[in-house]
Amino acid sequence: MEYEVVIGLETHIQLNTETKIFCSCKADSSLDAPNTNVCPVCMGMPGVLPVLNSRVVEKGVVLATAMNADVQSTSFFDRKNYFYPDLPKGYQISQYDRPLAKGGYMDVPQADGSTRRVTIWKLHLEEDAGKTKNDPAAGRRLIDFNRCGVPLVEMVTGPDIRSADEAANYLTRLRQLLRWIGVSEADMEKGHLRCDANVSLRPRGATHLNTKTEIKNVNSIEAVRTAIGKEIERQTREYESGNKIEAWTLEWDEDSQSLKKMRSKETEADYRYFREPDLLPVQLSGEWKSQILAEFPELPLVRRARFINDYGLPEYDAEILTAERSLSDYFESAVKSYGGDVKRVSNWLMNDVMRMLNDSGKTAGEIALTPLYLAEIIKLVDSGTVNTNTAKGLLQKVVATGKSPAEIVKSEGLAKVSDDSAIRAVVEQVMAEAPGEVAAYKSGKVGLMGWFVGQVMKKMQGKADAQKARIIFEELLK
Amino acid sequence: MPLTLQEVEHIAKLARLELTDEEKTRYREQLSAILDHVAQLQKLDTSSVPPLAGMSGSESHLRPDLARPGLGAAELLKNAPAQADAQFKIPPVFE
Ligand SMILES: [Zn+2]
Repeated sequence: MEYEVVIGLETHIQLNTETKIFCSCKADSSLDAPNTNVCPVCMGMPGVLPVLNSRVVEKGVVLATAMNADVQSTSFFDRKNYFYPDLPKGYQISQYDRPLAKGGYMDVPQADGSTRRVTIWKLHLEEDAGKTKNDPAAGRRLIDFNRCGVPLVEMVTGPDIRSADEAANYLTRLRQLLRWIGVSEADMEKGHLRCDANVSLRPRGATHLNTKTEIKNVNSIEAVRTAIGKEIERQTREYESGNKIEAWTLEWDEDSQSLKKMRSKETEADYRYFREPDLLPVQLSGEWKSQILAEFPELPLVRRARFINDYGLPEYDAEILTAERSLSDYFESAVKSYGGDVKRVSNWLMNDVMRMLNDSGKTAGEIALTPLYLAEIIKLVDSGTVNTNTAKGLLQKVVATGKSPAEIVKSEGLAKVSDDSAIRAVVEQVMAEAPGEVAAYKSGKVGLMGWFVGQVMKKMQGKADAQKARIIFEELLK
Repeated sequence: MPLTLQEVEHIAKLARLELTDEEKTRYREQLSAILDHVAQLQKLDTSSVPPLAGMSGSESHLRPDLARPGLGAAELLKNAPAQADAQFKIPPVFE
């Protein structure tokens, strides 16, 4: 039988605020010792009151808008009650029936040119729990509460994803978006972006949903792809041999690249949600909302389409040039300053500037080579003032000195020599020094022309106009 | 409508409470009485009454995103029955 794969993804996104969601403790503890960013509020001590961080609401609104969701003018916080050692309060403050936003979707481009619309079923704010590290060998489990109260957005998709690759594509686009709009660092390995995958199969053409399994603990996009692929294979085998799928929770083991069945929960989840009595509703006035969205950027996929349609860029170029926002902004500024062939700017950027960025570990917004300077360098090549090799060296010199290309060309005398008499003199010198090659050329070894021109370039430190040198050689060697 | 004994046991389990048989019976009566009372309130037509979220205002007070030092590990760990490596220590989970 032919099966259709049905996948839904549950993601937790760590917002990159300075402080936690309900207290003034520092949110990012990646460089801090355990249990140092804690206070009575996030430790759930008696008599304390949570106070909502305004920046969390703002980032949530930006994310919801970017996901095409309906931001709600009133939303509530609720308590989700359960006991676990990483949760000192005995409940997590989350949102249940009146979340920050409702609905939403993302249109994810696929490799074959099609688009998969992934709908969003749930999008709400909540607080993170602490971290426990199990160490059975040493007979202990250690708890670090630093992460308690770090702001999260939980975002759950509908069962719209149809393959492991599509799941990976969704996460790649989500990560790109989160960084683009500046709400999260979205590093999966650091847990800024966490993903659980629900996987089930059904006969192709069916509309019902079969029993699903849940895959947890996947820490990279590649791991999500591999884990889902393996689970699809397993479920296919089970169905083929007439077995039923049980609603297991599976844990991805990165070391063995395999899925392991987790201990089934003793009781079914019963969280007894109720309104958080210590927090009033979040009222998002129209004024505040427009303030938050005043600088809402053009989104990466929209910009990608515009680069293809408006600039006539190949999809490949558009993809690379919109992978990251500062690079994309850089490109557009350079295009504007240059004013000529857009593809030319794209080539310079992808071949040379990106290599420098990779080498230096800087973003496009951080290097001394401004978009204006890049445009200037390309124009210097266009006008014949410098040759391409000199221009590539110029890129490095601008980065190293911060000086303008024109200034460097002037102070270092890099301008290409296209003065006929100067080149002619050097051509004559080369010919005088290489009678053997001259004779060989004259007897038909015309391939030597490259060597002749190379000799001239060498003597003139690369500044000669190669085309001119060639013409003079051809004239004199006739 | 009275709660069943099983429901009382379920609620007790969720709250990590160990109840004697005598307590189960007593709490069953008490909880049922509370539910009956709420059921009475639910009969009222409140469709024209706006929901009340709190007594002190209708809007959440918000905080600027500025970090302040908290307790610190030494102070926090005074609450730890057992500790190791500046962390709370509890029994391991065996799989
Ligand atoms: Zn705190």
